[in-house]
Amino acid sequence: MTDPTLDVDALLHDPGTTIIVCCGAGGVGKTTTAASLGVRAAQRGRRACVLTIDPARRLAQSLGLEELDNTPRPIDSVGRDGGALFAMMLDMKRTFDEIVQQHGDPARAAQILENPLYQSLSSSFAGTQEYMAMEKLGQLHREAIETGEWDLVIVDTPPSRSALDFLDAPDRLGSFLDGRFVRILLAPAKAGGKAYMKVFGGAFTLVTSSLNKVLGAQLLNDLQTLVAGLDSVFGGFRERAERTYALLQDPGTAFLVVAAPEPDALREASFFVERLQQDAMPLAGLVLNRVHTTEAADVSGARAEGAAEELDELDEHALTSALLRLHADTMRVRDRERHVLTRFTGAHPDVAVVSAPALPGDVHDVHGLEQMGAALAGSVAVLD
Amino acid sequence: MGNQSPTRLHVVTGKGGTGKTTAAAALALHLASGGQRVLLIEVEGRQGIAQLFDVPQLPYEERKVALARGGGDVYALAIDPEDALYEYLDLYYRLGRAGKALRKVGVVEFATTVAPGVRDVLLTGKAYEATRRRHGQQYVYDAVVVDAPPTGRIGRFLNVNAEVAGLAKMGPIRRQADSIMGLLRSPRTAVHLVTLLEEMPVQETADAVDELRRLDIPVGAIVVNQTRHPALSHEQLQDAQQGRLDGGEVAAGLKAAGLSGHSGLLDALLREARAHAERVELETAQRALVQALDQPVVELPWLVDGVDLAGLYELSDRLGQAETEVPW
Repeated sequence: MTDPTLDVDALLHDPGTTIIVCCGAGGVGKTTTAASLGVRAAQRGRRACVLTIDPARRLAQSLGLEELDNTPRPIDSVGRDGGALFAMMLDMKRTFDEIVQQHGDPARAAQILENPLYQSLSSSFAGTQEYMAMEKLGQLHREAIETGEWDLVIVDTPPSRSALDFLDAPDRLGSFLDGRFVRILLAPAKAGGKAYMKVFGGAFTLVTSSLNKVLGAQLLNDLQTLVAGLDSVFGGFRERAERTYALLQDPGTAFLVVAAPEPDALREASFFVERLQQDAMPLAGLVLNRVHTTEAADVSGARAEGAAEELDELDEHALTSALLRLHADTMRVRDRERHVLTRFTGAHPDVAVVSAPALPGDVHDVHGLEQMGAALAGSVAVLD
Repeated sequence: MGNQSPTRLHVVTGKGGTGKTTAAAALALHLASGGQRVLLIEVEGRQGIAQLFDVPQLPYEERKVALARGGGDVYALAIDPEDALYEYLDLYYRLGRAGKALRKVGVVEFATTVAPGVRDVLLTGKAYEATRRRHGQQYVYDAVVVDAPPTGRIGRFLNVNAEVAGLAKMGPIRRQADSIMGLLRSPRTAVHLVTLLEEMPVQETADAVDELRRLDIPVGAIVVNQTRHPALSHEQLQDAQQGRLDGGEVAAGLKAAGLSGHSGLLDALLREARAHAERVELETAQRALVQALDQPVVELPWLVDGVDLAGLYELSDRLGQAETEVPW
């Protein structure tokens, strides 16, 4: 069986491609893939902006991202033929602060920024990143249209428990804002909830008294103050998140599911593929990273192992025997990887696949990114 | 096992792809060996534990998943934040009908999916409860192992209750948060970090060790996963890397083994040897960096055929053999 191969260069060359999202399980090389596509795009005339959520330090350094300033920085001497590369690392707190500052008057904004609950929310709590990644992606896309500084945004997804959590961000916020709980939180304390009693019946008293009991008066009050303060901010934020969500369904967007040829990573990849299809998100294909290859695939692991044993029995050619054993190991890994990939392609025969070979070391400079980009663009079918 | 060690809560983290769940499961098997009762907790809803032990998906219920060597049971629990919230409300507040009302108006959904942070509070709270649970005078579990979020998020995850304690000046939430941090910062807790001998995972491990030390959360062992024995001698590795392996000798060997008919095999083998040598060199450098972290280190072998149930027991034995260096 041959898996359909994804034409990476065609995807990058197509001026209609404006957003590429790299998603996948942790540790499969999402950021490296995003960065290598950025380099390749820039070298082929695109003006690419790579938004990375949580890059490894050396990769960040290689892209000139030593400091977090939440704005894309040009990376000199990468672009060719009018292309350019920009890169930025998401600063979740600053992104949130900016949203607050842009909506509402300065006094109110200052009040929110000083709220201790806001400070934890914007800098320490898991889950905020997903909302902010969505916000930043929308921003970068708008800037692309307004300034023309870049014409392609490449993003890797937050390392959340499910890498597609950010897709749920607009929905989650929406269900909260449309729900009854937010109205209870916004109920002015002094009204004693009388007017609200009418709307909610006994539930109102029950809920507020339970919240009081569990959270304590002070924490509940802080929460109410924060939600009231953010009230004007939420609406706009939600609207933008919904627009970004719609943008992700646009044919100008391409999702790449990144995986390593391991059962866990490919199981997650299957899950992503299904989720993207369910949400009508344009899936471009699967990037299979760190694939073990050999130029002597015609000598099977068993054959190599057998030959090594023969040489050992002769008590001769110890070097050849060691090399054959090494080859046998490579073949076993290769066979196992092909087996798990076959299971994936069997379940998703229409998903195009590209692969990048396993390298002895990590990729952490522009040259390494170039090589990886070239490998992805020149990728041949893993299963042939 | 584990009796001589004060550690009751083992938190296992690592960069994605390093085998964190595998290491957590192997550690649970080891801690249970010889008749102990161990709970293995999953917090990320991936059902990785069920896959490893080859059992059906885990519900929010403590279930026996494996028998350890020499007797001893490993129980597993996949924590569902919503159920954990109900349980918490019931246990501490006996809210009853109010619990339903909270759900109806969306408080439960808000807490478990919309609001950042709360999830981590519930997950750590449940691990805390299981660690301290007693039946009479006895702890229900001799040890609890948490397959925790990856290194990039571990500080945030374990320290969430310190944040909460800073927000709630008094009251039950404050007391609960303080108690959880008390356990997490005590010698009864150890955070073990799983890594591969590769640059990015080792760098992340070093970063996480720094972060945990800053947070006063005890770091346990560094588990180096998927280590390989070099297939070649030191001299051969050097020759391989510099392209100086004796091609004539290898060709003669292939001829003796009846493989001379495969054109290109010689070059392929030399190239594979070179890649192997580069890899070994990189691993040696990374191993030195791991040692420099000044924590106990245990190495787990690379299993060529992947990790199945038999492999898991093999890894747990290896963790047991390391007991002299790592008092689990």
